[in-house]
Amino acid sequence: MRPEWKDFVGGKWESEINVRDFIQKNYHPYDGDESFLADATQNTKDLWAQVLDLQKKEREAGGVLDMDTKVISTITSHGPGYLDKNKETIVGFQTDKPFKRSLQPYGGIRMAEKACSDNGYEVDPEISEFFSTHRKTHNAGCFDAYNAEMRACRSSHIITGLPDAYGRGRIIGDYRRVALYGIDRLIEDKQAQKDSTGRVMTDDVIRLREEISEQMIALKMMKEMAASYGCDISRPATNVQEAIQATYFGYLCAVKEQNGAAMSLGRTSTFLDCYAERDLANGTFTEEQIQEFVDHFIMKLRCIKFARTPEYNQIFAGDPVWVTESLGGVGVDGRPLVSKMSFRYLHTLTNLGPSPEPNLTVLWSTRLPENWKKYCAKMSIQTSSIQYENDDLMRVTHGDDYGIACCVSSMVIGKEMQFFGARANLAKCLLYALNGGVDEVTKKQVGPRYRAVEGDVLDYDDVMQKFMDMMEWQADVYVNTLNIIHYMHDKYCYERAEMALHDRDVKRYFATGVAGLSIVADSLSAIKYAKVEVIRDEDGVIVDFKTTGDFPKYGNDDDRVDTIAQEIVHKFMTAIRRHHTYRNGVPTTSILTITSNVTYGKATGNTPDGRKKGQPFAPGANPMHGRDTHGAVASLSSVSKLPFKDAQDGISNTFTIIPGALGKEDQVFAGDIEIDLNK
Amino acid sequence: MKGRIHSLESFGTVDGPGVRFVVFVQGCPMRCAYCHNPDTWEMNAGTEMEASYIIEQYERNKSFYKGGGITVTGGEPLMQVDFLIELFTLAKEKGIHTCIDSSGIAYKKTSSPEWLAKLDHLMTLTDLVMLDIKHIDPQKHIELTSQPNDGILAFAAYLNEKKVDMWIRHVVVPTITDDDKYLFELGYFIGQFSNLKALDVLPYHTMGETKYEKLGMEYKLKGIPAMEKDKVIEKKQVILDGIKKRRAELEN
Repeated sequence: MRPEWKDFVGGKWESEINVRDFIQKNYHPYDGDESFLADATQNTKDLWAQVLDLQKKEREAGGVLDMDTKVISTITSHGPGYLDKNKETIVGFQTDKPFKRSLQPYGGIRMAEKACSDNGYEVDPEISEFFSTHRKTHNAGCFDAYNAEMRACRSSHIITGLPDAYGRGRIIGDYRRVALYGIDRLIEDKQAQKDSTGRVMTDDVIRLREEISEQMIALKMMKEMAASYGCDISRPATNVQEAIQATYFGYLCAVKEQNGAAMSLGRTSTFLDCYAERDLANGTFTEEQIQEFVDHFIMKLRCIKFARTPEYNQIFAGDPVWVTESLGGVGVDGRPLVSKMSFRYLHTLTNLGPSPEPNLTVLWSTRLPENWKKYCAKMSIQTSSIQYENDDLMRVTHGDDYGIACCVSSMVIGKEMQFFGARANLAKCLLYALNGGVDEVTKKQVGPRYRAVEGDVLDYDDVMQKFMDMMEWQADVYVNTLNIIHYMHDKYCYERAEMALHDRDVKRYFATGVAGLSIVADSLSAIKYAKVEVIRDEDGVIVDFKTTGDFPKYGNDDDRVDTIAQEIVHKFMTAIRRHHTYRNGVPTTSILTITSNVTYGKATGNTPDGRKKGQPFAPGANPMHGRDTHGAVASLSSVSKLPFKDAQDGISNTFTIIPGALGKEDQVFAGDIEIDLNK
Repeated sequence: MKGRIHSLESFGTVDGPGVRFVVFVQGCPMRCAYCHNPDTWEMNAGTEMEASYIIEQYERNKSFYKGGGITVTGGEPLMQVDFLIELFTLAKEKGIHTCIDSSGIAYKKTSSPEWLAKLDHLMTLTDLVMLDIKHIDPQKHIELTSQPNDGILAFAAYLNEKKVDMWIRHVVVPTITDDDKYLFELGYFIGQFSNLKALDVLPYHTMGETKYEKLGMEYKLKGIPAMEKDKVIEKKQVILDGIKKRRAELEN
């Protein structure tokens, strides 16, 4: 065994790249409470005060403090940057100083230019010239290949938010590998992978060989970048501080080269706990020191920044990075994967205060330790900063070493990845079905010239048939647009750093998504159970509806309408599955527009459910606002009926409740309800 | 059989232990000045619902109610004892935790033996009663609710005798139910009961006021401010002191 691995339990993980096996052999499940946790150190407080000050200055400067306009960001493009070198136990920034946003033109030069100019900066003209004339970008490639129909769909927003001008993101490197194996071993492994490819040089083999070469270059650059900070990551980490640092360096390389729509971290806490337990047992570090490393790590993750345009920020409601870290969950052997490190991660919300980033996501199972559940609940009440996902549901598909990219996309770390595909606007598709492919806002013929509905009163069977036909068309143009996007992204903006931390043969999910599900379900319900009359404008285009009578609404645990929602999801997924997908991606869909529902609503006309033109959609799979009248459980129950097998990329429900509604005081909610009459 | 129901709430978090399915029954003889559900007063309004339908609704989402159960509130649940017996019989067949949130007003010296026999039966099906004592002083109780409290206090003793777990709820309204003298007295009174499991002291809020406006009804507490939360903790302590005093006396 290598000396760095001393005291660890050996296994398959020694002879092959297998982080999960290492975790399973070495982790210490923890079912105790949070009383062991340590407070923030003075250094932590000082550093955090510096970050808060920078945040304040950034806000005062209008949202951006500094941008790089000259140096194209790569893993090694920038020298080391610090807050306070003497106080930082975990180091590394994207550029040579904190809060300076990097220049990443490979996704699209115009987007990079606009991100600068909108914030008062100008990209070096030489760089603009280079990327307009000599080096094609992902964005330019997409528009070279798009056909007229795809362009029309894009501008009418029936397919929308497409990652054709920005990084697709949603790929999680197994950053833990850097810590466990060191870069040299990973390069050896990649060399072996390259040597193992087929000898007949088909397109696929050529591409794979080129990609592995790029990955190896990225690995060498990682080592170089770490060395500039005085760290040697060519060999395995020897203690928890080095392990956190190496894991972070792996992640940092990804965000130096990719400005992706979601740049998630993975599932690192219990892996790192193996090192922490070893160090505690050997007296290498104290609990206070370990918490300090974690606090500094999380602090760095809170400082990840990208250059983005105001339009981008509008789609995503702010400037999110989606540094999602998945915590807890239960192993396939039944042992909870909760460790002391899981507590330490959540404890950063106390030591540094609440924050939306990193997106701390608890993989929830009924079989989690009670103390952990209570601590999560307590921290949720105190900070509103924790996301929850259903581990019992996802473990069936992904096992126990998956992580969440962005908000809900699940993938096995280092073995699976996703082609992010934004979403199809189903509400608009329904209106196209009524109007024979004519856009209700622009009055242009965007979809196929199918027969529009006739007469003044909508008939459910007629509308449903037309909707299904239009959905087939929508799925067709949508999947083929995504095929172009991902082909071009691989070609011009390949994620070499992230893919260097994956196996050779990854499973690729071909993600699609839908927006407006609850609107469509309620609209169809209105057509079926009430009377919906259409109102046409002077051109004969249906632009409004008159609904008489009541109808069941999605969000009330009412099967009459909930089954309509289920059917739509199933039919949409069936339509998607019919198509060829780039690199044999496994098609999935998601129902998760958490923020962009506002933007989609703006581009969509009146709908038969009574929603007015321009009004926001409900987020994700939520019922429309105010229509769920039977309480939260009934509302959640409608959502939970949606078939996960047809929406494997995730179903989200945004749920807000005032703390008072969860119990009269937090002591009551925490279960301390009995009065002790003996006191 | 059918009950008269005002509404069903699928996510009750303040009406007993855990997450609960809450049945609001229609009809109440009390006219509490601060009642925030005046729309449940009228005896003949509401929707008729089968007990089996309600249990079906519960069962659909039972995974949400693992640590909770079903709570019947209102309105005054004990005005519909026959319906409750059927509802709770079905509930107990399914192993559901049952709770009644009551003012105790239906329990009177003049109650018929037949009704009391039914109540005895119902209590064998009931895991918890949350008894809302509006005021410990007989005269002030009448002023506040239009009804006397002797039966209500007797109902607490009855529950103790039947060994049905009891939570006492008390709403603290500034200038009306916040006098330490009476709060202590309330504590002293409930301190005698061994079935007392919890004390729920609720701050008065003014959110019910708009409901009265909508219903075109006069709101008797107009102008009285909401109770401050911190003060409620102090008031709870006064009641607890009363309980402790009684306990100490009983031990000696």
